[in-house]
Amino acid sequence: MSAADRQVTEGIDRLCQAISGDLSGPPVVVGIHTGGVWLAQALRDRLWPQAPLSRLNISFHRDDFARIGLHPQVGASDMQEDVEGRTLLLVDDVLHTGRTVRAAMNELFDFGRPAAIRLAVLVDRGGRELPIAADYTGLQRDVAPDQQIKLEGPEPLTLVLR
Amino acid sequence: MNTTTVPQVDTQGRLRHLLTVDGLPADLIREILDRTATFLPDPGAPPRKVPLLRGSTVVNLFFEPSTRTRTTFELAAKRLSADVLTLQMEHSSKTKGEHDLDTLFTMQAMGANIFVIRHPNNGAAAYFAEHAAPDVAILNAGDGSHAHPTQALLDMFTIRRHKPEFAGLRVAIVGDIRHSRVAHSDIAALRALGVTDIRVVAPPPLLPEDPAALQIRACSNLAEGVDDADVVIALRIQHERMQQALDMSPAEYRRDFGLIADNLTGLKPDALILHPGPINRGVEIDPDIAYGPQSVVLEQVRNGIAVRMAVMAMIAGARSGA
Repeated sequence: MSAADRQVTEGIDRLCQAISGDLSGPPVVVGIHTGGVWLAQALRDRLWPQAPLSRLNISFHRDDFARIGLHPQVGASDMQEDVEGRTLLLVDDVLHTGRTVRAAMNELFDFGRPAAIRLAVLVDRGGRELPIAADYTGLQRDVAPDQQIKLEGPEPLTLVLR
Repeated sequence: MNTTTVPQVDTQGRLRHLLTVDGLPADLIREILDRTATFLPDPGAPPRKVPLLRGSTVVNLFFEPSTRTRTTFELAAKRLSADVLTLQMEHSSKTKGEHDLDTLFTMQAMGANIFVIRHPNNGAAAYFAEHAAPDVAILNAGDGSHAHPTQALLDMFTIRRHKPEFAGLRVAIVGDIRHSRVAHSDIAALRALGVTDIRVVAPPPLLPEDPAALQIRACSNLAEGVDDADVVIALRIQHERMQQALDMSPAEYRRDFGLIADNLTGLKPDALILHPGPINRGVEIDPDIAYGPQSVVLEQVRNGIAVRMAVMAMIAGARSGA
């Protein structure tokens, strides 16, 4: 196992510990396309193997539509469970400006009114532009503004810094 | 009104206007169909409103009456959060096109940036596109007998939901092919997506003048055209046309060319029946066929909203990124 893969494993271990100590029952697990879905799947498999996995496409709510148009990815959100009154575990690979999470919450509210949304991210790289924080964080990394860090997968999951 | 060659695709291959299906790259047609799927509400779920066109103003300029196309464009724009105006216009054939442009210029000055045009003249949408401001997009909602691209796209989307592979499909189009913008756009879209077996069925005066040039087969026998077809698209027949060009009564047209139970005994059990609407009940189609088990007429209406949302979102995205 490479160092990059090991980082991912350690991050996932840390997330599982924090989440299982905090959430009592299984939440609605929602991954943000695409890296967030891989991570959500890994968390779901470890914590609640029977739980369905929902996938979120946030391209309708991105705030850069006016600058770059529709995101090239195609595919609607696939919500496997009713969100009304439930606790949601929103999962993404990297937390940076917070804009993706803002868009994801808008998308989620199109499906109903959840009781609570908890945010789990594998990497918090800093650089927030919106008042958003993760509830569960796998790794903290200082990444220069001109650099990119992302999760590649689905098998194996590897953190790539460019 | 002369037709022009305003490009509907920008230098980066993105949709800039939607004027006709002719010349639209097959990949772009497929992208529109793929995106349409993302705008289609889940069965039973309420329609979603998304903020993609917030700050945009969509003007429906209808120089010809329409209910279905106008209302679906309106709903599509509203579900994308645009401000929407619909203007039912009088078109005078004496004033050529210049007069119609005044409305375009006035609405542009009010900040409108997407225009949906329905017009009796061939090439009207391209004419508007040629004179529109650089940041304004034109969508053709039907111009004369020339083109009706969103209808063709929603027909393709509806067909693809049931018959995912276009290659190998046998498609029959029945009705006034010669004067139908729907037929022209459907044929262009089907050909672009790889359908090679297209038959058009009509009395001889309503068949295209040169079917070979369109690479389609023309026939005037309904059974011959539809019997082994996978898809049958019925077109609306105008009463004036029956009287003037055909000298047929509605009853005679129904007997020979109507999609009625008696004429469809040889139809494949999994064949789809489409109609762009509104139907002339008991003339080109009977209600029990139009709303029967093989009909996808109401699905077409539902898909029409999603396809128009997809097209408007793609155009708005391309316009803002330019």
